[in-house]
Amino acid sequence: MPVQRLADIADEGPHQDMASRNVAACLSGASVKFGSFTALEDISLEIGEGEFWTILGPSGCGKSTMLRLVSDLVPTATGNVEILGKTTEAARLAREFAFVFQDATLLPWRSALKNVELPLEMGRKRGLKIPMSDKSPQDLLDLVGLKGREDALPHELSGGMRQRVAIARALVCKPKLLLMDEPFGALDEMTRDHLNLQLRDIWRETGVTILFVTHSIPEAVFLGQKVLMLRANPGRVKQVVDIDLPSEREIALRETPEFNRYCGQLRRLLEEC
Amino acid sequence: MSLVQVSAQAEDPKPTVLDQIRLRAGSVAIPLGTAVSLLLIWQIGVRLFEVPTYIAPAPTDVLAVFTNEFALLMRNFWPTLIESLSGFLVGNLAAILIAVAFVHSQSIEKAFFPIAVFINTIPILAIAPILVLIFGAGMTAKVVIAALICFFPTLVNMVRGLQAVSPQTLELARILSASKSEVFWKIRLPSSLPFLFSALKIAATTCVIGAIVGEWIGADVGLGALIIDSTFNFRSPLLYATVFVSSGLSVLLFTAVSVAEKLVIRW
Repeated sequence: MPVQRLADIADEGPHQDMASRNVAACLSGASVKFGSFTALEDISLEIGEGEFWTILGPSGCGKSTMLRLVSDLVPTATGNVEILGKTTEAARLAREFAFVFQDATLLPWRSALKNVELPLEMGRKRGLKIPMSDKSPQDLLDLVGLKGREDALPHELSGGMRQRVAIARALVCKPKLLLMDEPFGALDEMTRDHLNLQLRDIWRETGVTILFVTHSIPEAVFLGQKVLMLRANPGRVKQVVDIDLPSEREIALRETPEFNRYCGQLRRLLEEC
Repeated sequence: MSLVQVSAQAEDPKPTVLDQIRLRAGSVAIPLGTAVSLLLIWQIGVRLFEVPTYIAPAPTDVLAVFTNEFALLMRNFWPTLIESLSGFLVGNLAAILIAVAFVHSQSIEKAFFPIAVFINTIPILAIAPILVLIFGAGMTAKVVIAALICFFPTLVNMVRGLQAVSPQTLELARILSASKSEVFWKIRLPSSLPFLFSALKIAATTCVIGAIVGEWIGADVGLGALIIDSTFNFRSPLLYATVFVSSGLSVLLFTAVSVAEKLVIRW
């Protein structure tokens, strides 16, 4: 059971100095059960603030469940999960994290801009204090490259554009932690490459901590500073692999031997799962 | 080979504005032409075989009623329109509110859904006399019958519409710590609108049927009363004209709902 100690982690990115001091998410011996089925068992991890983690694993190993555990959508059966020192519920009420789903999950009757503004309208009735990004919803749409499309309805946008609206929506409350569940899984290769680069830029610019579930080994290596490999039945941590690649990443990085060495290593790990 | 090339060039699919107008005109002209031809065959058939007017009037006889008896037709049109519209509003509003209650509480749904199904299975012709007995010969009974006939399709569609929210959207709402009323007003209700309009289109035509059936049982005004009256008096041209006005009323309401749908639902 490899518990990642932050002190052991070799620093390489621009966010690392911060990461060695603050913990964004801490799971200690966390398990999730659906009835008699154990989806996740004894997960212990520390995710440093500002880090970019990608999560890989065979189908049904609980990758999505792990994001749902962190985001207070499923409860722990045993163990404990803390976000920035708070319970997951307190973190949810304080909007400490945001979620990007595989499907963009936009409201089809709202324009792109209105969809980005949705989080600012929700939770008001409960008297929640809703944090706001220093960037306006309009700025966020510009940031994801949708300037001029703010009045478009979701059905007028392509799949990649819809997913970018979803990312802008996730950023509108200035989350410390961004949970992404295969957000680019349904997109074509070109769009996916483009969005991978854009996501790296957003991460570097905002300093947000990212947990990113994917099926694609190259995507996991390209995006992440760390790859969390889960194994199935029950879902457990197999290994955490540090990706020691330059923080300035271009598509051409994928042709380098180091990149392919990581891909090969992860493929072999995945086969063992 | 050269022939193939020539014909391929001739069929060059580049629609000009003129072509589009021609295409649209065609899509109107063809059904219109068919209808006119059928009316013509009817006219010739009736005259050729000397069918008595009280059995089957010629289209020209019916047309004559429209000009001569226009005031009579209109006098009976308005009450039916008011009954249909009132029934439409009452029936659909009740269906929407009950659908909201059903989605809000499963025990309410369990308690009342079988009763709603039972009421729906009673033929409207069987329940109409009962309602006329209860509410008397005035407009109320007709409004209730029209409302009743609208009620069930709207209830079923509205319940489906309110539940037609993807699990991911509900997870999103939970992550945003949305309250139940926020989920209802900002997510569930707008999601249900396409389903609601499907039901309203059905209701727009059936509410007229309900009002007319109500008028058959006991009324002295309205299109239903006029249908019964003209049938018993062998005034077949008037009967046919009344039938056309009734169908025109349904088309009018259906068109109004369709236009409203286009304005409201743009996604």
